[in-house]
Amino acid sequence: MQRRAALRRVGLAVGASVGVAAGASLGVTGCMRRADPRGPLDFWAMGREAEVVAELLPPFRQRHPGIEVRIQQLPWTAAHEKLLTAYAGDALPDLCQLGNTWIPEFAALDALEPLDERVAASSVKRDDYFSGILETNLMPARDGRNVLRGLPWYVDTRLLFYRTDLLRAAGYARAPQSWAEWREAMTAIVRRAGDGQHFGALLPLNEPDPLLALAFQQGDVLADGATRGAFSREPFRRAIGFYAELFHSGLAPVMTNTQVSNVWDEFARGMFSFYISGPWNIGEFRRRLPASAQGSWATAPLPGPHGPGVSTAGGSSLALFASSARKEAAWKLIEFLSETATMQRFHALTGNLPPRRSAWDDPRLANDAPSRAFADQLERVHPAPKIPEWERIFQEMQATAERVVRRTQGIEAATVQLDAWVDALLEKRRWMLARGAAR
Amino acid sequence: MKRSQVGWVFAGPALLVIAVFFALPVAAGLALSLTDFDLYALADISTLRFVGLDNYLRLLHTPLFWQALFNTFYFVAVGVPVSIGLSLGAALLLDSKLARFQSFFRTALFAPVVTTVVAVAVIWRYLLHTRYGLINQALDALGISPVDWLGNPHWSMPAIILFAAWKNFGYNMIILLAALQAIPRDLYEAARVDGAGTFARLRHITLPMLTPTLVMVGILTLSGYFQLFAEPYVMTQGGPLRSTVSALYFMYEEGFRWWNLGNASAVAFLLFIVIFTATWVLTRFDRDRSEASAS
Repeated sequence: MQRRAALRRVGLAVGASVGVAAGASLGVTGCMRRADPRGPLDFWAMGREAEVVAELLPPFRQRHPGIEVRIQQLPWTAAHEKLLTAYAGDALPDLCQLGNTWIPEFAALDALEPLDERVAASSVKRDDYFSGILETNLMPARDGRNVLRGLPWYVDTRLLFYRTDLLRAAGYARAPQSWAEWREAMTAIVRRAGDGQHFGALLPLNEPDPLLALAFQQGDVLADGATRGAFSREPFRRAIGFYAELFHSGLAPVMTNTQVSNVWDEFARGMFSFYISGPWNIGEFRRRLPASAQGSWATAPLPGPHGPGVSTAGGSSLALFASSARKEAAWKLIEFLSETATMQRFHALTGNLPPRRSAWDDPRLANDAPSRAFADQLERVHPAPKIPEWERIFQEMQATAERVVRRTQGIEAATVQLDAWVDALLEKRRWMLARGAAR
Repeated sequence: MKRSQVGWVFAGPALLVIAVFFALPVAAGLALSLTDFDLYALADISTLRFVGLDNYLRLLHTPLFWQALFNTFYFVAVGVPVSIGLSLGAALLLDSKLARFQSFFRTALFAPVVTTVVAVAVIWRYLLHTRYGLINQALDALGISPVDWLGNPHWSMPAIILFAAWKNFGYNMIILLAALQAIPRDLYEAARVDGAGTFARLRHITLPMLTPTLVMVGILTLSGYFQLFAEPYVMTQGGPLRSTVSALYFMYEEGFRWWNLGNASAVAFLLFIVIFTATWVLTRFDRDRSEASAS
């Protein structure tokens, strides 16, 4: 909100959104490729991956001295907007790290090159990938066949990080496996501390993944071929009921992750004993927890309603953009990054877990207890609905859950409202499907 | 060449620029707001549908839109008086004969205006931190229990207002200070001879003489504050419980996060109508007042 010439900007604010939109539609129809087929490869990556990927490249350069790679780092929080804007402005890179819940969106835009034939002709073995993770990269094409639109680069699923010492002190020798056991253990831990400063679990209210994992354990969140919401049906209501109850009974603090100044400090202090998080936190826990707390944490698969349950199938894939003028070179880079040995080095640098089972032969992974829980969980993962609107529904689901947790709305009213919202959002999708069927 | 033709030749380049970069995009935006331009239309323009006023009607039935509008009005209704009050107070202090180191304070108080929002927002997030923030430590010293500024939906907007007022008051302060210094000193002397005290002089000389400037500052601040965006974007991302989603933030999410440009354009036009009305009312009020004082 800069205020100079504010009056003039009243009008410009109107114009700004519009100008980009006009440019966007021009970009689609006008086909101007700025790329030079012999120029360097543009590779967009996000966050930590972008920082370390350059360190993986020396062997690639030796093998392909003619291919120069230019890495562009995007912050995660802005990556989605930047990619869509780049698509609209016809400025996509050659290849990209793509969060695998974003693949449906770019597949709907027809921006992703199919990889089936390239994979079949290469040394990358398709059935070596964890099937639940590979599944998130398979997108139904118009003729109903599943087409591979990306190749998993690293996997991300959510499971329990917990304090073994606090759990033992409360009388439990092993991690809980079912919802009932989990709640019982948390209740015991909170009762033992008894000061209102110690909680069972930290479930940041702005992180939708834990609730989604619990929901997948109960059933689908969308119905009718992902054209309508199923949030007001029994399965999701059971999940959100369990989730909200953890807050209402004081087992989890009503907090967002920006309010917890330092998750690791608070975990070491025992503010909470369970934390649902992903693989990157194995490295963070090792680096950031004080030495005194190092022996007293572990990971365990996510508890389900009746024994170990499924979790989300997240992670990032490597995608080749259909607009690239250097597809052969870009594919060589994807192939190189997908080799078992590269994945193992990538793991050593970032702690990211490899999506290929053969990469798990590495003793650093095979003998690492916190990682093994992830290997176990990866055999039980559930892909998110493959529709472009999913990301938005996902966020709205969490906004709904936040209202329920903060008691501004009851579960029944909140889920009915969410379904009405989802149904309205998916109207265009239903129209498109009906139109496609009529043709 | 006739005189009027000469005029058109001189005005022509500017008019052309305005037409291409302002009138045309606004017209395109209006057209866009009557369609359902979205991700699917971006991929295949044949899926674009003309929806008439549906976007507007749907927005009027969207709770989040009303919440965003309410949040924006809250921010404007509290933020504008607070910000102008701060500016006026600081300007009066700087104009006072008792003030020392005037140029130093003028620069220091103006400094927040020229800082980057993103950089100072990071510092303010530390200041506002529930456990370790300086503001809560100061409150603690006064015996007030800590406030969860950015996490509690009731306090998030006051925190944003505080931040925005601090960030922006220096700009109006400079304008008001210039206006204060332009008030003829002999008016004050005459008033003092007539026996007017400090408060009476402020009320009957300073404020009336400042009114045209105050109205101008008010309009600029009002229309600027209606466009609240960067502060919530950096500090809270619209949370907690969407309590800091402003109309512009809502538009940004619709347009650039979810790529529903039809909807986003409709939001832009509704916001335009709101700002236009508010500014019109304010200038109208100013005109009535000056007509009343003239008669």
